[in-house]
Order: sequence, then C-alpha cells, then structure tokens
Amino acid sequence: MNQTGIGKSVKRREDERFLRGQGRYTDDIRFHGETYAYFLRSPHAHARIRAIDSSAAEAAPGVLAVFTGGDLKADKVGGLPCGWLITDVDGNPMKEPPHPPLAQDKVRYVGDHVAVVIAESYLQAKDAAELIKVDYEELPAVTATPQALAADAPKVHDELDDNCCYVWAIGDKAKTDAAFEQAHHITQLDLVNNRLIPNAIEPRAAIALYSPGEDRYTLYTTSQNPHVIRLLMCAFVLGLPEHKVRVVAPDVGGGFGSKIFHYAEEAVLTWASRKVGRPIRWTAERSEAFLSDAHGRDHVTHAELALDQQGQFLAMRVRTTANLGAYLSTFSTSVPTILYATLLAGQYKTPQIHAEVTGVFTNTAPVDAYRGAGRPEATFVVERLVAQAAREMGLSQSEIRRRNFIPKDAFPYSTPVGLSYDVGDYEATLNRAEELADVAGFEQRRLAAASYGKLRGLGYSTYIEACGLAPSQIAGSLGARAGLYESGEIRLHPTGKVTVFTGSHSHGQGHETTFAQVVSERLGVPFEDVEIVHGDTDRVPFGMGTYGSRSIAVGGAALMKALDKIINKSKKIAAHMLEAAEADIEFDNGLFRVAGTDRQLTMAEVAFSAYVPHNYPLAEIEPGLEETAFYDPSNFTYPAGSHICEVEVDPETGQVQVVNFTAVDDFGNVINPMIVEGQVHGGLAQGIGQALLEGCVYDPQSGQLVTGSYMDYTMPRADDLPSFQVDMHGTPCTHNPLGVKGCGEAGAIGAPPAVMNAILDALAPLGVSQLDMPATPSRVWQAIQQAKQRQAA
Amino acid sequence: MKVSMTVNGRAVEADADPRTTLVEFLRNHLALTGTHIGCDTGQCGACTIHLDGRAVKSCSVLIGQAEGAAVTTIEGIAAKDGLHPVQAAFREHHGLQCGFCTPGMVMTAIDLLQNDPAPSETTIRQQLQGNYCRCTGYHNIVKAVQAAAAEMSAPQEASTQMKEQLA
Repeated sequence: MNQTGIGKSVKRREDERFLRGQGRYTDDIRFHGETYAYFLRSPHAHARIRAIDSSAAEAAPGVLAVFTGGDLKADKVGGLPCGWLITDVDGNPMKEPPHPPLAQDKVRYVGDHVAVVIAESYLQAKDAAELIKVDYEELPAVTATPQALAADAPKVHDELDDNCCYVWAIGDKAKTDAAFEQAHHITQLDLVNNRLIPNAIEPRAAIALYSPGEDRYTLYTTSQNPHVIRLLMCAFVLGLPEHKVRVVAPDVGGGFGSKIFHYAEEAVLTWASRKVGRPIRWTAERSEAFLSDAHGRDHVTHAELALDQQGQFLAMRVRTTANLGAYLSTFSTSVPTILYATLLAGQYKTPQIHAEVTGVFTNTAPVDAYRGAGRPEATFVVERLVAQAAREMGLSQSEIRRRNFIPKDAFPYSTPVGLSYDVGDYEATLNRAEELADVAGFEQRRLAAASYGKLRGLGYSTYIEACGLAPSQIAGSLGARAGLYESGEIRLHPTGKVTVFTGSHSHGQGHETTFAQVVSERLGVPFEDVEIVHGDTDRVPFGMGTYGSRSIAVGGAALMKALDKIINKSKKIAAHMLEAAEADIEFDNGLFRVAGTDRQLTMAEVAFSAYVPHNYPLAEIEPGLEETAFYDPSNFTYPAGSHICEVEVDPETGQVQVVNFTAVDDFGNVINPMIVEGQVHGGLAQGIGQALLEGCVYDPQSGQLVTGSYMDYTMPRADDLPSFQVDMHGTPCTHNPLGVKGCGEAGAIGAPPAVMNAILDALAPLGVSQLDMPATPSRVWQAIQQAKQRQAA
Repeated sequence: MKVSMTVNGRAVEADADPRTTLVEFLRNHLALTGTHIGCDTGQCGACTIHLDGRAVKSCSVLIGQAEGAAVTTIEGIAAKDGLHPVQAAFREHHGLQCGFCTPGMVMTAIDLLQNDPAPSETTIRQQLQGNYCRCTGYHNIVKAVQAAAAEMSAPQEASTQMKEQLA
C-alpha cells in the first residue's frame, strides 16, 4: 500500500547526486584564500627528537608557517583523549600516557606527526617539509603483539614500567577452572586475529577556518560523529568553548570505524587556522592513510573450550593480548575488552566463561574500532573453537551448534559475561542457511570437486553481536567517558513539509532514505516531503554519531520519540480545531479524526494552525510544531545469524576460491531490505578480505610499515569475491520502538570464521588443523606441505 | 604550460604547472569535483574518466598528455533530464553506498559495455578489477552492470525489430 514505508526497498534519494558527481565531500569544498597543510611524519618507528630546525622551511617559497610540538606545548594545547577508561584486574586505572597532536621529545611509530607546514599550495608545503631538519636518535622498536611484554622489549613510553596498558578480566575464574576439571574433552587453539587497515576509499581530510569577526572556528572533517569531535577537541585538546566551534562532516566516503576518532590533524588545523588567519585544508595521501588511520584487530589469543561427553559446552577460557598501538585512540581501550569478551558466549548456553585481556603498547599506529570492533575477534575465537571441537568429537558442525544453542524460549537470557540477550531464534536462521547453502548436496559437490583435483570445504559461523551502543549508565559503569544516547529533532514547517535533524551520520548507510521512510510513515506525509539533515553541529542539536550498528536502533528510536511528541501536540491542536475532546482524536495515516465521525484534519492543516495560531489553544500549548528527543537505550541489541561458506582449495597452489557464501541474519525488523542487504554484502566482503587477503605487516626489525600501499596491502577486488546469498529471519528487538537491531557490522563479524572453518574443513583430510588469517596461497600451500611431512615422518 | 582540451563537450584552455595531473586539473581548475582521488599509486580507480572515448585513470595522466584530447567526466554522461543507463542501473540495483568510488566505477562500466555489450558475470568482475569499492562487496555493482547491459541492448533490438517490421 505505502510504497515508501517501513519494510519497502525504496531506492535511495542520495544516489542521484553521487551518480552525477554532485556529492560534496570534504576535499570538494573550497574557500577563498585557503592554504594547504602538509604533515611531516616520523620515518622511524621509535626515536628521540634531539632537535628540530625548521628555519629553511619557514623561508621556503609560499610558506606561511611551520609548527612543531613545541609550539603546541607553548600554547598549552592538550593531548588527544581516550574515551574509555578500563580498570585493571587489580582495581587500578589503565596506563594513559600522553598523546600529543604533534610529537614532543619522541616519535613512537612510523607516521607519527612531527610538524605541520602551511603554504600557499600543497606542493610548496610538501617541498618545504623536506627542508625541516629533525635530529633523531633512533631507538629500538617493538611492533609485534606477542613481543610487547618481553623482558627486553623497548619501552614505548619511558614513564611506564613496561608496555602494559592494562590487564582486564571478566567472568568467574574459579568456577570456570572448576568446570574445566570436570571436562570430558578440552579443545585448545592458538589464534591470531590479523591486523587490518580500514581503507575507506575517501582518504581522511579536513578544512579549518577561523572567523575573527565572530571569534568562531569551523572545521570540515571526514567524520562519523561531528559532535563527538567537537566535544573532544574543545574540552580536552584546544580548550575552546563549544559554542564557538562548528564541526561539519559533509558527504563522507566510507568510514568503517576509522572516521570515528578524533585525529591529530583535526586539532592541529583548527588551532593553526587562527594563527595563520586563513582557511587551511589537508587531505591525506593514501600512503598517509595507511600510516596514520587507526588500524583494527591485532589480537593474539589462547582459547580453550571444555565439553562433556555429549558435546555440551561446560566452560570457555580465553587469554588475549591486544595491540593498542603507540597511543590510545578514542575508543581503543574498549574494543578488546567491553566489545570483545562480553561476546564470548556467542549463541550458546556455555555456563562458565572467563577471559583475561592484556592491552599492550607497541611502536605501531594506534589500533581502534574497525567494522565490528571486538565482536569479530570474539566470534572468531568462539566459532573456531566450536568447529574444532566438533571435528575432535566427531559431531557435525550443525549438531554441535544445535546441542548448545540458547533455545528460543529461554529469552531474556543472561550470559556469564555480563550481557542480557533480549530475543533470538538461532535454530531458525541456521535452518534457513543450511537450506539456502544446500548443505544436503555438499557431499556430492565435494566428490565432484575431488574428481578435478580440488578440495571442497564447508564452514559454519553462527555469530552474535551486541549493537545499538549503548545504555549510557551501563557503559559508564564499564568506563565510558561519554553518554551513548542519540538525539533527533522533527520540524514540521507551516506547509506540512518536514525537516528531520539526526545525530546519526550517514557515510554510505543511506539514512537520508531510511530515516525518511520511518518519519513519512509515522506522520503519514509523503516521503518526498521529508528531508534528513545530519553531520553539522550548527544544525543538529547533538549527536553521538554512527558506529556499532547504532543508527537505526538508537538514532531511529530518538526520532520515534520526537515523532510521538509531535503527534501528541498535534492531537491537542486538532482537538481544539475540531471542537472535540483530545481523548477522542485518533491519528492514522496523516489524518486526525474525531473517533466515529468524518470530521478530520490533515497533518499539514494542523501544522499550518501551529504556525498561524488564530484558532488555537494558546492558553495550553505554544505555537510551532518542532520537537526534540534524546533516546538512551535500555539494553544493547543482539543481531545474530548463520553464515555458511563453501570453498574450493587447489592443493597444488594453495589458492582458495570462495564458491558460495550464504548469510541468514536476524536484524529484527528491517526498514529497507535493499539497503540492509547491501550492508551485509559490504560486511561480508570485508570479512572475506580479512580471512583471505588482508593483513597489515610491520617489519619486526625496522618497524617500517611493509603493507603501506594498495600494491602491498591486498583489499578484495571484484574478481576476488562471489555473489552472495543473503536472507533474513527477524525476531523483533523487544526494547526499542522500531524493533530493530542494526545490520552494519554483521557481515564482517560472521564471515572470517566461516571462511577459515571452510578451508580447514577442506584441508582436514590432509591433516591440516591450524591456519592463520589471511589464508594466502603461500600459507595454505605451506600448511599442506607441513602436514604431508608430518604424515610422512 | 598552456593546455587546451575538450571537457564534456566544452573547449577549455588553461595555464597550469606541467606537474599537474589531469585529475587535479579537472578538480582544481575546472571545479569538476565528481572525479575523485582515492590513492596515489593508480590502484583505486576513483579518478577514472574517458580520454578520447577510453576509460583511463586521470591520476596517471599529466595535463600535457591530454593536450587536444576529448575528456568526459561523470558530470558529462547524463542526458539533461535523465541519468545515463549505467547511472540509472546503479541506482536501481543499489550499486553504491558512500558514493566515493561511484563516478570511477560508472565510467569504467560504461567503457566495459561499449567494448562488450553482453558481458558475463566473470567478465564484469575481471573488468572492474581496477576499481576498488569498500562498501558494496561488488555484489550489486555487478548486478547493476548486468542490468545496464540488458537495458542498453534492448532498445537497439527493439528498433531492429521495428525496422524489420517496417521493411
């Protein structure tokens, strides 16, 4: 009936401008009199700065200014803050060394910011930067996660005892250990969750302007959360009053987490824009993005699963070392703790879980949230363990999961790692995935593949994630230094047109379409009459932004609250105009009607009356029709699903081909299935990329980034991937008004273990039981050769 | 140095540093910001335009090399009151998310269909190899190109049929 309402695959309204080349990304925006910044970065992984001589650079053609860490220090510019305080197992706060926007005394990773040159042109700034003489005393560096706590490891931060940021734990250790004592079987694995470089195709960029007449700053930046950037930059780094700073995140070309964080360039440009007195622009070259965007993952884990005779899980024990990089990025500390270990129950009723996480500093770029953030790492541990346990105990991948699933009548379900799942039906998604993936026909396909010399394997991953970040009080009790609500404002114009202001930010997710679907359906106004505004601190009341699959679950819920207020006020207006009791006014599909009569008003008529209040209850309510709401969720949402991957391995070359990938996900209610499927596709590509292709490599001796370009870091291209089979089976979320759960990260969470389990299934007949990501042809081939040698011996 | 070329059917002349790449010229001198820069090694394809009818990465062309050439950018492919069939197919099949790779992807897809009006999925995937997309997993881009191929060949078949009937 309503072709643009909730549940319809409405075509995206943002597409027209992007397809015509009319998008407006940060680097597309120009200002009169603008200047260019170039950041001089550390060529060393670890070095003491003895002296910096920038006099030649200052005298170079076109140069307006050169600033170093000393200039920031003299101006009392603060360090970049970390937004999440983790408390150590001993009750002590984590170690929080300073994170200066431009290096003070020491550089701690290749790409660390040393100085900024501002000039009339980009080439002049870049040329001048080469004239800056930095006297470095090179120091030994540590980049590898397992080496960070070695006795002879160089200290990244001199003032700390070692490279440990925190040792954090969750779960009941004594009960978990006791359960392991009773185990019939214990499965153990050593796992590496490979370090990734996010690589949104739009490089980070920023433009800063200072207006002396208004004493006001404006920062355009490639951000997923402009209000958060303003808050962090004003309150912690520059000490500026927030009302004197506007942050705009216009069209943003992908984020995947890497554009959540407050980066040095944003603060330095804003600070320098007043010093220089002209607009300053900066756009990262791709090589700078590789060096200085926050990276993701990078865990080393020992995990154990205890089972009884029937293959029921008794307990899980996990020890993880997580690389945090050289400095603590905005949300870095929460990713391998709160967003990781709380998910170790997965979809299973494992009664006891204990996890201990050690966060370490290394001479590498900061590590922070990347699509999934902690949850892919947890899912990888759980699903690799489960698959391995099934092989060891002679159970099918389907059976071991079904024996341990939390049954659908057990919700709400409290896990031993602190979460309370509201709803789910894990059997249903698995049934559908097995049907779509034609698991029944796999054996035949395996035999067919064997006939032409290929090994086929099938891999399962039944994942869960916690999304819709987050109940502020729970987050606060766990160390969050911010609230995690969202805001929304609905403005009815006198003619009945609607402008919606949301604190969520779209950088590919299509909010301009989906949010308009929600608002137009709820208000009963045409879809075309609703416009979504986001990404500007001057226009949107407040916002915590978009990450953790939170936009529709938290941002959408805030809009629903604001819509309720609009409708409640409109009913009062309608009651007055129709000379009826408010209780008798019914609202349906854009019409306010006196119950049981044909007397009615349209939404537009009510809006007009609110702005031309001639016949209006002025004694009771104010004119105007505009409402703001903040929504703070009462729980996380728990999207879950079943992913099944089918691969073909060439044992002669080690080449792995994903021949089929099936994802059946439970996102609760879905606003726009076309967009949600697109989100799944993109997540799967990143997850398959992690499993097969992507891996960040630092040279262990020099600390140089080896994978520093698209020629060295392998991202999935069109011919690396298959078409996907995607379906959904929704159990509506019980605690938000739209019954939605969030879909942005699921693919990246579910896919890596599904792919790796499939490869290990294919290679099991050869005796291969261990393989790390990325499963490149050389690694697969070597694993095959080693297995052959073991069997020959 | 002085350069002159035709961009989207319009003759342009400019005096620019010879180190200027074609993409910088389009973006900074002509304000055609639809063509994007996503890398510095010619790997991402976000800057793909048509140079004398062929898809090229404009980050790898110096302006001097485009002297006298006919350049078409994403801004120059749609009819006044509608989208090019490839643009329309990307919209219809959700072949874009953040939109940053989209102009380059569309320009490559048009070139592909000019050379192979009925490509297989494998061919499409191989031909799009030079263009990174980090959002879509390519699934819907492939669908969009397949749909555009069908759309672009359909009217020709129809008109052929019509001609046969008239004869």
